[in-house]
Amino acid sequence: MSEAIQVHPEYNYKVVRQFAVMTVIWGIVGMSVGVLIAAQLYWPALNFDTPWLTFSRLRPLHTNAVIFAFGGSALFATSFYVVQRTSNVRLFSDKLASFTFWGWQLVIILTAITLPMGLTSTKEYGEMEWPIDILITIVWLAYLINFFGTMVIRKVSHIYVANWFFGAFIITVAVLHIANSMAIPVSLTKSYSIYAGAVDAMIQWWYGHNAVGFFLTAGFLGMMYYFVPKQAGRPVYSYRLSVVHFWALISLYIWAGPHHLHYTALPDWTQSLGMAMSIILFVPSWGGMINGIMTLSGAWHKLRTDPILRFLVVSLSFYGMSTFEGPMMAIKTVNALSHYTDWTIGHVHSGALGWVAMVSIGSIYHLIPILFDKPRMYSIKLINVHFWLATVGVVLYIVAMWMSGVLQGLMWRAINADGTLTYSFVESLEASKPFYLVRFFGGVLVVAGMLIMAYNVYRTIKSDSEELAIEPEVQPA
Amino acid sequence: MDYAISGSIYTVLVFVIFIGIVLWAYSKKSKASFDEAEKLIFDDEPQQNKQESKVDE
Repeated sequence: MSEAIQVHPEYNYKVVRQFAVMTVIWGIVGMSVGVLIAAQLYWPALNFDTPWLTFSRLRPLHTNAVIFAFGGSALFATSFYVVQRTSNVRLFSDKLASFTFWGWQLVIILTAITLPMGLTSTKEYGEMEWPIDILITIVWLAYLINFFGTMVIRKVSHIYVANWFFGAFIITVAVLHIANSMAIPVSLTKSYSIYAGAVDAMIQWWYGHNAVGFFLTAGFLGMMYYFVPKQAGRPVYSYRLSVVHFWALISLYIWAGPHHLHYTALPDWTQSLGMAMSIILFVPSWGGMINGIMTLSGAWHKLRTDPILRFLVVSLSFYGMSTFEGPMMAIKTVNALSHYTDWTIGHVHSGALGWVAMVSIGSIYHLIPILFDKPRMYSIKLINVHFWLATVGVVLYIVAMWMSGVLQGLMWRAINADGTLTYSFVESLEASKPFYLVRFFGGVLVVAGMLIMAYNVYRTIKSDSEELAIEPEVQPA
Repeated sequence: MDYAISGSIYTVLVFVIFIGIVLWAYSKKSKASFDEAEKLIFDDEPQQNKQESKVDE
C-alpha cells in the first residue's frame, strides 16, 4: 500500500502513462474489429456490401491493431517503465520519448485509414504501404536510441534480465521490419516488394514468425521477468535459468519461420530445418514458462486474493500451452492436417489472447495506480470480473477453433475409394458454422472484459487517493 | 568457402558459445552477482508494493 503512493519525480512517467492508457483504448478498438470480423464469418451480411467493411480489408486492420497498437503500446509502456526503474535513472531523452508516442499514434491512425481503403503491400502482419513503413522505421530508431541510451547512463552496474529481453526485441524488430519492408515504390500508395517467388515467401515468414518470436514473445517475456516477481513480491525463481533462457530463445527463434511454408515451393531441406528448429524451441519456451510460474513457489496463496497476479500466472499457463502446441503443429505430418484450418487461428489466439493480452493486462493493472499516484486500482472486484471474462472468453475461442480446425482438416483430406474428395469445401464450411458462433461469443466476452478494464482505469485515475487508501476488498477466486 | 562449410563452422561455433554461456551462468563466480541482480527490482520499495490484501487466510 505504501510504496505506490510515492512519486518518483526523477522518472519520466508521462510517456509510460500515455502508452498505458492507449494500451487499453487500442485493445478495445483492435479486439472489437476482431469481434466484428468474427461476426461476419457467421453473418456475412455484416459487411453491408461496403468494400471498406469487408473481411479482407478489416482482417489486416484487426491483426495490426492488436499486435502493434495494443501490444505495441503495452511494450512501450512497460519497457520505458522497467528500464527506468531497473537502471535507477530517468529516460535518456524526454523529447525522443514523446516523439515515439506521437509518432506511433500517427502510424496507427494512418494504418487504420489506409488498410480499409484497400491500400496494402499484402505482407502479412506488415501490410502498411511504404510511407508508413518509413515512419515506423524512424519512430522505432528513436525508441531504440532512447532505450539503449537509458541503459548506457544507468546508475546500477547490472542490466536486469527484463532489459535484455526488451533490448533483443527492439533490435530484432528493427532488423525484421527493415528487411521485410524493402520495396520499390511506384506511387505514394503503391510499391512492389524487392523479393520474388519462394524467396519472398521465406522473407515474409522469417518476418512473420519472428514478429511472433521477438515482438510477441521476447518483449512480453521482458514484461514477465519484471512484473511477475514484482507482483508476487519475490525474486524470479532462477536468475541463472533466465540468462540461459534468454540466449537459447534468441538464438533459436530466428530459424522457425519455414514451418509456415510446409509443403510449398520452399526447398524441402528448409522446411525440415524450420521444423527441427521449431521443435527445439519448445525447450527454452518451457524453461522460461517454468521460471515464471515457479517464481510463485511459496507464495501460491497470493493467487487467491490477487487477481492481478492471477492474470500474470494464467498468461504463463497459456504461454506454456501455446509453446507446446506450436512445436507440435510445426511437425510436417501434423501440419498436413492443421495448416490452412481454424486450428492455426485457435493457436494464434491462445498465444495472443491468453499469453500476450493477459500478461499485458496484468502489467497495466500493476502500473496504473503507480503511474497516477493512487494506492490501488479503483475496484479489485472488477479486476477479478475481467479476469474471468478474459479466461472464459479465451477458452471458448480456442476450443471452438480447435474443433472446427480438426474437423476441417479431416474433411478436406477425406477421400473416397475411387480417389475423389468425400466432401466439398462448402460442406466443411457448414460444419464449421456453429463453432464460428461460439468463437464470436468468446470474443464478445474478451471485449466486455476490456471495457470493464477501461471503466476501472478511468475511475482509478479520477478517484481521490484517500478514498482508495481504505483496505481493498479481499477477492477470493 | 561454400555454404556447407561456412554453415557447419557457424553451427559448431554457436553450439560452443552456448555451452560457454550455460557454464558461465551456472558457475559459482556468477552466483553472487546474479543474487544481487534478481533483488534489484525490489530496491525501490521501502516496504511492500502490493495491491492485494495483506490478510493471508
